[in-house]
Amino acid sequence: MDPVEIARWQFGITTVYHFWMVPLTLGLGPVVAFMQTMWVRTGHERWLRMTKFWGKLYLINFILGVATGLVQEFQFGMAWSEYSRFVGDVFGAPLAMEGLLAFFFESTFLGLWIFGWNRLPKKLHLATLWIAVAGSVVSAYFIIVANSWMQHPVGVELVDGRPVMTDIWAVLTNNTALAAFSHAIFGALGVGGGFLLGIAWYQLWQRRRDGIDTVDAARRVVVGENRAIPGRDRADHDVWIRSLRVGALVAVVAFGGVAVTGDVQGKLMFDQQPMKMAAAEGACESGTSFSVLSVGELGSGECEDIEGIIEIPGMLSFLAHSDFDTEIQGIKDLEPMYQELYGETLPVDPKYGEYSGAPIDYVPNLEITYWGFRLMIGFGGLAAFAAAVALWLTRRGTVPESAWIMRLAVLGILAPFAANSAGWIFTEMGRQPFVVAPNPNPSGTDGVFMFTAAAVSPGVSWGELLFSVICLTAVYAALLVVEVLLLVKYVRGGIASAMPELAHGDDDDTPSDEPGGDDRRSDVLAFAY
Amino acid sequence: MTEILPTLWFVAIGALWVGFLLLEGFDFGVGMHLLFSTRTPAERRLMLNTIGPVWDGNEVWLITAGAATFAAFPFWYASLFSALYLPLVFVLLGLIFRAVAIEYRGKGHTERWVRGWDRAIGLGSLVAAFGVGAALGLTTTGLPLDANGDRVGGAFAWFNGWAVLGGLAVVGFCLVHGAAFLALKTEGPVRERARRFVVRWAVPALAPLVVWVLAVQFDGGKLWTLLPLGVAVVALVAGWLGARAGREGRAFAGIATFLVAGALTLFGSVYPTVLPSTLDPAFDLTVFNASSGGYTLGVMSVVALIGLPLVLAYQAWTYWVFRKRLHADQIPGAHAVLPAVLQRKLAQAEK
Repeated sequence: MDPVEIARWQFGITTVYHFWMVPLTLGLGPVVAFMQTMWVRTGHERWLRMTKFWGKLYLINFILGVATGLVQEFQFGMAWSEYSRFVGDVFGAPLAMEGLLAFFFESTFLGLWIFGWNRLPKKLHLATLWIAVAGSVVSAYFIIVANSWMQHPVGVELVDGRPVMTDIWAVLTNNTALAAFSHAIFGALGVGGGFLLGIAWYQLWQRRRDGIDTVDAARRVVVGENRAIPGRDRADHDVWIRSLRVGALVAVVAFGGVAVTGDVQGKLMFDQQPMKMAAAEGACESGTSFSVLSVGELGSGECEDIEGIIEIPGMLSFLAHSDFDTEIQGIKDLEPMYQELYGETLPVDPKYGEYSGAPIDYVPNLEITYWGFRLMIGFGGLAAFAAAVALWLTRRGTVPESAWIMRLAVLGILAPFAANSAGWIFTEMGRQPFVVAPNPNPSGTDGVFMFTAAAVSPGVSWGELLFSVICLTAVYAALLVVEVLLLVKYVRGGIASAMPELAHGDDDDTPSDEPGGDDRRSDVLAFAY
Repeated sequence: MTEILPTLWFVAIGALWVGFLLLEGFDFGVGMHLLFSTRTPAERRLMLNTIGPVWDGNEVWLITAGAATFAAFPFWYASLFSALYLPLVFVLLGLIFRAVAIEYRGKGHTERWVRGWDRAIGLGSLVAAFGVGAALGLTTTGLPLDANGDRVGGAFAWFNGWAVLGGLAVVGFCLVHGAAFLALKTEGPVRERARRFVVRWAVPALAPLVVWVLAVQFDGGKLWTLLPLGVAVVALVAGWLGARAGREGRAFAGIATFLVAGALTLFGSVYPTVLPSTLDPAFDLTVFNASSGGYTLGVMSVVALIGLPLVLAYQAWTYWVFRKRLHADQIPGAHAVLPAVLQRKLAQAEK
C-alpha cells in the first residue's frame, strides 16, 4: 500500500465532500439575507416565510460544512507533515487569518441569528445574519488564497530551500487567488440559485396538482388556497413563485459571472501552469484548435493514443490569449521543458519514500483533466440554460402541470454541484505531480515547488491512513444520507415545516409532545434545539 | 523586536488553547452530562439549550488554535499532528458527530432519533475532550520524535501514562466546568443537581489535572510558575466553597480561574520547549527552532491584534444577549414536520 495514494484519496474525498456543503452555504446565505432584508424593509409576510424556510434548509446544510471543515484544517498536519513544514511560513497565515477574521464571525453571529429571533431588535437581528454571511465569504477568500499559493507561489523567497514569506500583500492579491475566488463565489451562487429553483418548482407543481392553483383561459395563474393544509394559503404561492424567480435569476447571473471569471482564470492558467491546460485539452501537439471531442485512451496518458475528432480552429488561442493564431504549447513540447527545469527523476532522498529516484511523469491524469474541464463547463452551461428556460416557462405565474418537467427541475439542483466538483477535481488533479506547482513563467517565485510524493507525513503508516480514510468516508456517506433525508422532509413539509405557528394556526388541539409546551410563557424561546 | 515574536506567539497560542478549554470546556461538559445527569427528555433539552447559541463560536477557538500553530510554529504543528494521527482522527470523529447531533436532534421526533443524537453529543464530547487532553498532555511531556520531528515506533508510539493523564484531566475538568455552567445558566432541578455535582465531584474529577500540573512543575518548573500554581489552588478552593454555599457565579469563576492559572503553570514550565522529544533532547522542538520567520510572525501579530479583541468583544456580547437563566417552561414544544401532501390526503379522508 502506498501512503501517498491513500493520503491523496483522503484529501480528495474530504475536499470534494466539503465542497458540496460549502457552495450551498455560500450561495444560499446571501439570498436568505436578502429575503430577510426585504422583510425588515417591507414588513411583508411572504419575505418572512421565505427567510424562515430557506434559512432552515441553510442551517441543515451549514453544519456539515463546519464538521468537514475541521478535517480540512487538521489533515495538513496529520497526513501531510512534510508539506506543512515546507510551506508553513506562508501557507499557515491565510488559514489563521480565516479563523481569526472570518470563521469566528461566521459561527458566533450565526448562533446569534438562530437564537436571536424575537430577542434582538429586528434590524440588529438582520445584521447578525449579514455578518455571518460576510464571514463565510471572507472565509472562502482566505482558503482560496491558501490554495492559490499552491498553484501560483508568490510573495516568498527561498531561504535554505524553503519558501519564507516576504510580502503578505502579494500573497493576498495573488492574481490566481482573485480569479479563483470570484469564480468560486459565482459558482456557489449558481448552486444556491439552482437549489431555490428546483425546490420552489416542486412546491408550485404540488399546489397545481392538489388543485389549489389553476390557470385561466389566457393560461395565467389563478391563485387559490386550501385551509386544510397548514401553510397552503394565498401567500404561499407568492413565496414559491418569488423564490423560483429569484433563484433562476441568481443562477443565470451567476453563470455569466462564472464564464467571465473562468475566462480570466483560464488565461492565467495557460500562463502559469501550461501543462495543466494542455492536459485539459488533451493537446499533445502545439496548436490553436480547441478540442470539442477527443477519443482514444486518455487514461493511458500516452499521446499516441489520442485523436481529436471535433476541433474548433483558433478557439484555443482565443481562450488563452484572445486572438486566433497564437500557438499554444502542447504536451509534447512542454514535457521536455519541465524535465529540463525540474529534473527527469525525483531526487534520491528518503523523504520521497518509495518514489525516491523514480522518473517523474509531468503529465497529469489526462482522462480526469480533459473530462473534468468539459463536465465543469457542460454542467454549468446546462444549469444556466435550464434556469433561463425556467424563467420563460413560469412567466405567467406558475409552473406547467407536467410531472416530468418538475422532476427535471428537481434533478437540475444537482447540475451546479456537479460543475463545482468537476472544476475542483480538474484544477487539483491538473496540478500533479506537484503539490506546490512551479510556474515556468517568471511571475511566480522561481524555484518554489514541491512534489506531492515528498509531502506526506514520513512517520505515519499506511495502516493509519487507511483506517482514517475508511472511517471518514463511512461517516461522510452516512451523514450525507441523513442530511438529504432531512432536507427532503423539510421541503415536503413546505413553509409550515419551518414555521410551526402556521401549523398551529386555526386548530389549537395540535398535540404537543413536550410537557409545558402548551402553557406558553411570554419569554418562551423562538427557537430551541 | 523580532527576537521576542516567537515568545509572544507562544503566549498567544497558549491563550487560544486556554480560550478553547474555558469556553468549549463547558460545551463538552454539558454534552457529557446529557449521558448521565438526568432521565427526562425535557431536562436534557433544557441543558443542551444553555450552550445552544454559543457552542459553534466556541469551537472556533480550537480551529484557530490549530491554524495559528500552523502559521506561527509550522514544525510544532506538523510534528504534533502527525505523531498523534490516530487520537486526532477520533477527536475529529467526535467533533463531527457532536456538531451534527446538536443541529439535527430536534429535527426528528421519534424517541429513538432524539435519544440517539443525544448520545452522539455526549460521546462525541467525551472522545473529543479526552483526545485533546491526551494531545496537550503529550505536548508537555514529549513524544518519540526523530531529528526531522517525525514519530518513531509506529501508530501507538504516543500511548503512555501521560496521554491517559492528560485525557482524564481534560474530561474531568469539562465535567466540573460544565456542571458549574449549568448551575449558573438554569433554574429548577437541573440547577440544583449541577451545583451538587460540583460540590461532590470537584476534587476527584480535577485531581488528574492537578497531578499533571504538579508533575510538569516538578519536572521543569520555574520559580515564578509557583505563583500561578498557588493561585490555581486558592481559586479551586474558593470555587468549591462557592458551590457549597450556593453561589454559582463564584463557583464558576473559581473553576475558570483555576484553569487559567493551571495552564499558565503548564505553559510557563515547559517554555521554551513546545514539544520535547523523548529520544534525544537535541531533537526537542522549541519556540525558537519551530517558529516561522520574523516577517510572518509580524504579519500574524498585526492580524491577532486586530482580530482577537474583536472576537473577545462580540463573543462577550453574545453571552450578554443570552445572559438569562433558562427554565424548562421557556423551551418551545417540539413540532412535528408533516408533509403538506399527506395532510391533503388526511383532510380529504375526513370529508
